[in-house]
Amino acid sequence: MDAITFFIQAMNGIQYGLLLFLVATGLTLIFGIMGVINIAHGSFYMVGAYLAWSLMGWFGNFWVGLFAGVLVALFLGLALEWLFIRFLYDRDHLQQVLVTYGLILIFSELRSILWGDDVHSVPIPELLSGSIQLTENLAYPIYRLWLSGVCIVIAILMYVGIQHTRLGMMIRAGESDRDMTKALGINIGLVYRFVFALGVSLAAFSGMISAPIASVFPGMGNQVLIVSFVVVVIGGLGSIKGAMVAALMVGLIDTFGKVLNVNILGINILPEMAGMSIFALMAIILMFRPQGIFGKGH
Amino acid sequence: MPVSDSLLTISGLNVHYGLSHVLHELSLDIKCGETVALMGRNGMGKTTLLKTLVGLLPSTSGLIKHLGQDTRGLPTHTLARRGIAYVPEGRGIFKNLSVKENLLLAARPGVRGQKDWSFGRVLDSFPRLNERLNHGGQQLSGGEQQMLSIGRALLTNPDLLILDEATEGLAPLIAQDIWRIIDVIRQSGISSVLVDKNFKALAKLSDRSVVMVKGKIVFDGSPNHLIENPLNLTKWLGV
Ligand SMILES: Nc1ncnc2c1ncn2[C@@H]1O[C@H](COP(=O)(O)OP(=O)(O)OP(=O)(O)O)[C@@H](O)[C@H]1O
Ligand SMILES: [Mg+2]
Repeated sequence: MDAITFFIQAMNGIQYGLLLFLVATGLTLIFGIMGVINIAHGSFYMVGAYLAWSLMGWFGNFWVGLFAGVLVALFLGLALEWLFIRFLYDRDHLQQVLVTYGLILIFSELRSILWGDDVHSVPIPELLSGSIQLTENLAYPIYRLWLSGVCIVIAILMYVGIQHTRLGMMIRAGESDRDMTKALGINIGLVYRFVFALGVSLAAFSGMISAPIASVFPGMGNQVLIVSFVVVVIGGLGSIKGAMVAALMVGLIDTFGKVLNVNILGINILPEMAGMSIFALMAIILMFRPQGIFGKGH
Repeated sequence: MPVSDSLLTISGLNVHYGLSHVLHELSLDIKCGETVALMGRNGMGKTTLLKTLVGLLPSTSGLIKHLGQDTRGLPTHTLARRGIAYVPEGRGIFKNLSVKENLLLAARPGVRGQKDWSFGRVLDSFPRLNERLNHGGQQLSGGEQQMLSIGRALLTNPDLLILDEATEGLAPLIAQDIWRIIDVIRQSGISSVLVDKNFKALAKLSDRSVVMVKGKIVFDGSPNHLIENPLNLTKWLGV
């Protein structure tokens, strides 16, 4: 592999990792702060992509569609928390999984009714179309660079929001001692509702911005859910920093796994078995750190 | 303001943990500005009563009135906003927040807009906290944690301070510091319910003593009356 190909694959791996971070961060936030395992998280990613497809088509504008889509996702998150999730905080994980699995089925059915079962594609906005020429015959698409930049900006905003704002203090306090947070006069229920809606919006937003580079299809939610869980488990349940590190690892390993040729004893380990590489990574990390890289353990 | 000068009126209160009946037909009246010492041996239901008062445990039956108003069904954060502050057993420090953040999170004017306890005043009262403002909550000693927990409660500018195990596990000198600040709180007119094992210190600092045995109140009267009778102390407090 020459240097330019390596560079491009590394960029792709990082970009995929950053996108995974955006999805996984909502999952880990909702688990870490509210203790809820939300397996419907992938559905929000899928809903986001379909929203992008229909809203961007409807408005005829990527940016307006994106904005409208985020608003819809935010309200969807607030409504879902009020309707279902708030009853799950004091329940055990099995009940949480059952209810959120029910949500997966509902969203899958709703998608089928509203949008059909076809595969769609979303065009890249004009402003971000085109590529940066790297060498005479190699170019890197601007849209992918923009996407990585957006993910990094959101990651920074989340860090600042959680570490340096009053709302962030409430979120961290609730994570440490829920009852004491209430006893100081903080309406923790409202804080949770906001966090859940934020998680939903992040997942949907990820689906929206990834729509132009991946296609929009019915099973996309489940696919991303599984990889996101791998990220959350590797990084440590509840750790945002862990989600970032793990997402980049998974992104890079998955991307390079698909292009590297590793041949041991005449058997092609990679790329034939690339699909397994991230699970192998998870298994190895869990052998040494069962609580994940940044997990607190029990 | 209601006509009565009762801050909190508890009547016929019953509380269960599942099937186990912990508080039995408990009645108690706390007047505005009064400091009440709540005593009793281990497991008699003191913490259970305090948690019920701040809305962290549901009652099975009975009434709790705050300034004449029924508090049933009110969530904990609403009771806190109405002026009830809580320093729990185990202190309840947010370990992942700094000392400063623990305090800032709580700071707000009281129900009547009073701002008697400001960030600066709390730090003046607890100089040790001032030296550790940027430390994490998990780095504090037991005494510092208790100072932080009390300081945090005061920053909500409450009308009633509920303080469980005021000096448990603290070195005598640190405990003295806590008693000193409790006296300041008492002078400032804030009502309080204090739980502690040190009945002598409590007697000096409280207007009334209340003793609980197995979820019932067996004594409710003047502190002197209680400690003058060694038989009572042995029988109820095991001292
Ligand atoms: N979460 C709980 N579930 C079931 N029973 C409980 C629970 N918490 C306390 N109890 C029981 O309720 C009774 C009263 O406990 P409580 O903690 O109120 O006592 P206490 O007077 O505060 O004791 P201590 O002086 O040890 O703090 C005890 O018999 C205790 O075993
Ligand atoms: Mg107790």
